[in-house]
Amino acid sequence: MVDTVFVWRRLVGAQIRSQLQYRLSFALDAFGSFWISFIDFLVVLVIFRNVSRLNEWNVHEVAFLYALSSITFAVTDMLIGQLDQFPQKIRDGNFDILLVRPRGTLFQVIASDFALRRVARVVQGSIVLVYALSTLTIHWTVLRALVLVVSVPSAIVIFSSIWVVGACIAFWTTDGGEFTNAFTYGGTAMAQYPFDIYATWLRRLLGFVIPLAFVCYFPALYVLGKTDPLGLPRFLEFCSPAVAAVSALVAGLTWRSAVRHYRSAGG
Amino acid sequence: MKQVRLDWEIAKRGWRRYAAYPWATVAGVFTNTIFGFLLAYILLAVYRSRADVGGFDAGDAVTYVWLSQSMIMTVYIFSWWELAWRIRDGSIATDLLRPLNPQRYWLAFDLGRAPYHFLFRGLPPFVLGALVFELRYPSPLDALAFVVSLTLAVVVSFGFRFIYNSIAFWLLDFRGVVTLSTTIVIFFSGMAIPLRFMPTALRDLCYALPFGSVIQTPVDIWLGKRDGAALLGVLGLQLFWALALLAIGQLVLRRATRKLVVQGG
Repeated sequence: MVDTVFVWRRLVGAQIRSQLQYRLSFALDAFGSFWISFIDFLVVLVIFRNVSRLNEWNVHEVAFLYALSSITFAVTDMLIGQLDQFPQKIRDGNFDILLVRPRGTLFQVIASDFALRRVARVVQGSIVLVYALSTLTIHWTVLRALVLVVSVPSAIVIFSSIWVVGACIAFWTTDGGEFTNAFTYGGTAMAQYPFDIYATWLRRLLGFVIPLAFVCYFPALYVLGKTDPLGLPRFLEFCSPAVAAVSALVAGLTWRSAVRHYRSAGG
Repeated sequence: MKQVRLDWEIAKRGWRRYAAYPWATVAGVFTNTIFGFLLAYILLAVYRSRADVGGFDAGDAVTYVWLSQSMIMTVYIFSWWELAWRIRDGSIATDLLRPLNPQRYWLAFDLGRAPYHFLFRGLPPFVLGALVFELRYPSPLDALAFVVSLTLAVVVSFGFRFIYNSIAFWLLDFRGVVTLSTTIVIFFSGMAIPLRFMPTALRDLCYALPFGSVIQTPVDIWLGKRDGAALLGVLGLQLFWALALLAIGQLVLRRATRKLVVQGG
């Protein structure tokens, strides 16, 4: 484990150094990423220009959901977003190379292409979080702070698990990796809004089967001290870490079985 | 005449290129459909507390969502890099040797691609949305005007994509510029949220700029929001921007090729 972390740091460190060599292009890239992720927040602001509340949620509370969803998604994207290009490795047979190296295959895919420019999205989300926290009146308790702090790694693990399971589809379809977009990019978009605005079937499918409701919605209910408009059991507000652990387990097992079924395209 | 025949052949290849990846099409339809549902429910939540936003009622807004999701690929709103890559890897030199203007080549290619995306990426999510929501449908005249408007939207979008791709003649690392240009189109075209939800001054600006012509104008026409002289007016504006952006692209190309130094071997 320690060894794996060490190798990861070496590999990612080298990529960061190389990406920072071209300062202008890095700056332009980061600038572009920053604004494209800012659109989603502009949409929130435009919506609240027309209404003061979405169901029981005001603009500051939605900004809080938005910030939590986009920061955790951005960190996930930075760590493993390169899985989007993974189907290419299956198509051209380059996955074979990973199989003969003395490290886990998932580890190698993840460590192979770290994109530092995506840090711009983390910055963007953090700005919105500061805005949300400064406008909201939250009655802080130790437990509330704890739920907020724990929700961040939990959300990252949940998003990562979705991404990994999605990437596994490529083992069977070779292309069509774009399916994952619906749950990754779609997932963060969905989690940016309160779940009670969605229809029941969509909530069940994307909120619980794919556990997006545990990314922001439940922890946010607790931190903001809101009663769940859906009237679901209150213990769910503390379940994000457990859900994250189960997701990670499912993702790990799915990847493992997918690799076992892998047949090379013969690159 | 020979030139038009050539355009036709190029257009057919544009169609075939995208028809070659059926799974990508299925996956894309799936993603557009999920986003359609999300946006539809978000906008419907707005209509729980009011009946009209900028001349759109709930039915208009939901139709807007499904129509715009269906148009994403037809007008190709997301990053298009092909020309930029050819400039970067030097293939553009070969293209320039051909007795055919690169802009005309890519326009023909794009006009072959667009009908494929309209039928296979546009129609399916719209039909799925129509099964769940009560959508609005155009009168025969508006339907015809919509087709004309959508075609112009493709050309306007292409014109803009050609210009931001040409940046690669001057800037080796063009990724940031492409991302930023895409951002601008997504927001100012009404793709992210209907222009009708925006503050009046901003909305008018978006309508006047080429971007409103890419998404909002065709949808307005579909919804019957433009009649008679107003209809001719917005179609005229689309035509103006289509021609203007193509002309600007041509100027950029001419300037760039005067000093072109090809990269690589």
